[in-house]
Amino acid sequence: MCLGIPGRIEEILNLAPLERTARVSFGGITKDINIAYVPEAVVGDYVIVHVGFAISRVDEREAQRIFDYLAQLGELEELE
Amino acid sequence: MLKPITQPTAQPMNIDCPLPADTEDTIRLGHGSGGELSQNLFRDYIHPYIKNPWLDQLHDGARLPFTGARLAFTTDSFVVSPLFFPGGDIGELAVYGTVNDLAMSGARPMYLSCSLILEEGLPLKTLAKVMASMGRAAVQTGVQLVTGDTKVVERGKGDGLYINTAGVGVVEHEWEIAAATICPGDRILLSGDIGRHGMAVMASREGLAFDTPLQSDCAPLHEPVHDLLQAGIRVHCLRDLTRGGLATALVELARARGASFLLRESEVQICESVEGACELLGLDPFYVANEGRFVVFVAPEEEPAALEILRRHTVSAGSRTIGLVTEVGRPDVILTNFLGCERLLDLLPGEQLPRIC
Amino acid sequence: MKFLHEYRQRQDIERIARAIANMTTRPWTIMEVCGGQTHAIVKYGLQRFLPSAITLVHGPGCPVCVTPLEIIDQALAIASRPDVIFCSFGDMLRVPGSTQDLLAVKARGGDVRMVYSPLHALDIARQNPERKVVFFAVGFETTAPANAMAAFLAREQGLRNFSLLVSQFLVPPAIEAISGATDSRVNGYLAAGHVCAVTGFESYHVLADTFKVPIVVTGFEPLDILQGILMVVRQLERGEYQVQNQYARAVARTGNQRAQDMLRQVFEVTSQTWRGVGEIPASGLRLRAPFSSQDARQLFASEKSSPCDTSGCISGEIMQGRKKPNECPHFGQRCQPQHPLGAPMVSSEGPCAAYYRYRARGITGEAVDAQTNNPTNSSAHEY
Repeated sequence: MCLGIPGRIEEILNLAPLERTARVSFGGITKDINIAYVPEAVVGDYVIVHVGFAISRVDEREAQRIFDYLAQLGELEELE
Repeated sequence: MLKPITQPTAQPMNIDCPLPADTEDTIRLGHGSGGELSQNLFRDYIHPYIKNPWLDQLHDGARLPFTGARLAFTTDSFVVSPLFFPGGDIGELAVYGTVNDLAMSGARPMYLSCSLILEEGLPLKTLAKVMASMGRAAVQTGVQLVTGDTKVVERGKGDGLYINTAGVGVVEHEWEIAAATICPGDRILLSGDIGRHGMAVMASREGLAFDTPLQSDCAPLHEPVHDLLQAGIRVHCLRDLTRGGLATALVELARARGASFLLRESEVQICESVEGACELLGLDPFYVANEGRFVVFVAPEEEPAALEILRRHTVSAGSRTIGLVTEVGRPDVILTNFLGCERLLDLLPGEQLPRIC
Repeated sequence: MKFLHEYRQRQDIERIARAIANMTTRPWTIMEVCGGQTHAIVKYGLQRFLPSAITLVHGPGCPVCVTPLEIIDQALAIASRPDVIFCSFGDMLRVPGSTQDLLAVKARGGDVRMVYSPLHALDIARQNPERKVVFFAVGFETTAPANAMAAFLAREQGLRNFSLLVSQFLVPPAIEAISGATDSRVNGYLAAGHVCAVTGFESYHVLADTFKVPIVVTGFEPLDILQGILMVVRQLERGEYQVQNQYARAVARTGNQRAQDMLRQVFEVTSQTWRGVGEIPASGLRLRAPFSSQDARQLFASEKSSPCDTSGCISGEIMQGRKKPNECPHFGQRCQPQHPLGAPMVSSEGPCAAYYRYRARGITGEAVDAQTNNPTNSSAHEY
């Protein structure tokens, strides 16, 4: 139900509230995406995009957490 | 090795021929009727871009010299939309596509026919551009477009322009390059990265822009094939990737031979733009169309030499070994991914569709 | 690609898999709700990384699969009308109705157009003022804000020729129905990450408490799914049943408020029929009264019918995790992607399509020993 892909906001194109649009890059491609639901997002932020809409902003600090956890697991394994 | 066939010297094609002055006009039903309008269409919008003694003679059929070597013969139709896409157009595709089919039999492409089905209302300027493209592609690949036909269908009954090309080539070796020759242990080589053509075409339809514009990989493949054969590489099978992508081409070959292929996903190159576009639209790059890529099946001892030859050509500079033939007896194409997990590749029931889920 | 590739590294996946194996002492059955998660599990073969004590069952989170036959048939009837341009996501085009699918309607001359976004359907409506443009608004809570925006903009901009055929589903009632069934064997859930990005996960606490099932909001990459499973197993082993958030990089506890505001303006909760399952109260959305002129279900009420599903598809049991696709007698035989009996074999998120597509050797989705043709635990095939 949920093909949502993370993309980086490169430029904000339209400031009208419901049609607020940004050029968002996904790897090597860009597409214009409606960011009306994530108006606090700024250039450089990553957003999750589903059917042409940004539905959430990616929290980079949270994104790192799992790798910290993995590093801990790795240390535990070495102790065994 | 048989002697190559000599052919009469073709006149150099005039690619600087300017577009006819009357560029606002469009195709009318009368252009397909065989009368004066048809003659003028050929004279003004087709012949200027494709010059050779056969077309100059304006006969219905071309009589071609042939000295008893084996003949390769193929046909293909081209219905791509849009007609012009980043990195190519329908005219180039129509020439390269048939040239490539001939090359995949190990034949040297020589002569093409060209049938046009034009939709009433197609701008004549568009036709001229497409024909100029075909003429350039013919010169580039060394083939002659020696005969053709033009028909016109009513507005709404065609997508602007459809092209069919049939081609003949000469087979200058005595081998059988076909699925039947595939052997267990054969290495599977892929000439470059996948998915460019399909995504370049889809991008222009879906409003995707690329940081570095994504070009179709539309290209002729006969030169690296020719060099492989000239070097005495005993090529077992060749197949160019077209619609349906890498997966479809390999599944068809596996079924034709009744063989099992094992592929390593990490060896299949996909450029960042294609990957991003596929992720966004929910497409599998293994099923996305290509127009300038091919696979080669060779015995393991010939693998290094074959790769070295392929890599000398720009069009196959990215050649890698992506897998091998494990056995003959049951048709399977298995892809191992980075997790060591195996996945069976199959034909898609129809066109691959983007998904939201 | 950032925030994708990092979650697909083999050694990380193996490390989490070892942690799961170390903590598992008893058999557990875990359901992932979202079709996207099913797809990832099958595509990456994640079951192989889990101890045999852990069984994954697949949930009803595939809106294509659960859209009732009645709505599909209404869509087909609407799309067949010469005055209509029918716009749909790619996923819906091959779903069989009683007699045909949208692609067949297109082949017969219906103007059926695939769109990536509802905004594209709005554009089509603007460009074709003399035709009626109907958008097939299918989805769960993830897609609802996009569909709501399309309805809202159409009304605001006076696009009188645009309407939506709504088939919107809600996840929590489905979890309630599955856990509420007396024979439910699901011990814990991976909740749908992108659904919760919109809705938040506060409404899941009552489910966890009522049915004593841990619920972990989980993402879609292999590492996300394995970490989600780890968190569920840890709770199960400790006898806990809380709601946790594995996908914190994209999901906030309260979700996306602006999206929820729009949903409240445009939609209201209604009872909904789930294909193969039946009617679940308060499990769907319909357009509110002010949007009735955008409501294709009402505008084209004459195209409604009451079909019965005689296909033989057991999608209800599949979508509730009672049977796996390879346990269906028709799987791979009468029912294949090129001639599907039902939606789970058509939708690329559908569990049956995922099992079929990513099967290794044997048709069953389990690896088959090449010598004996007997199922075996698949092992990495190096060459």
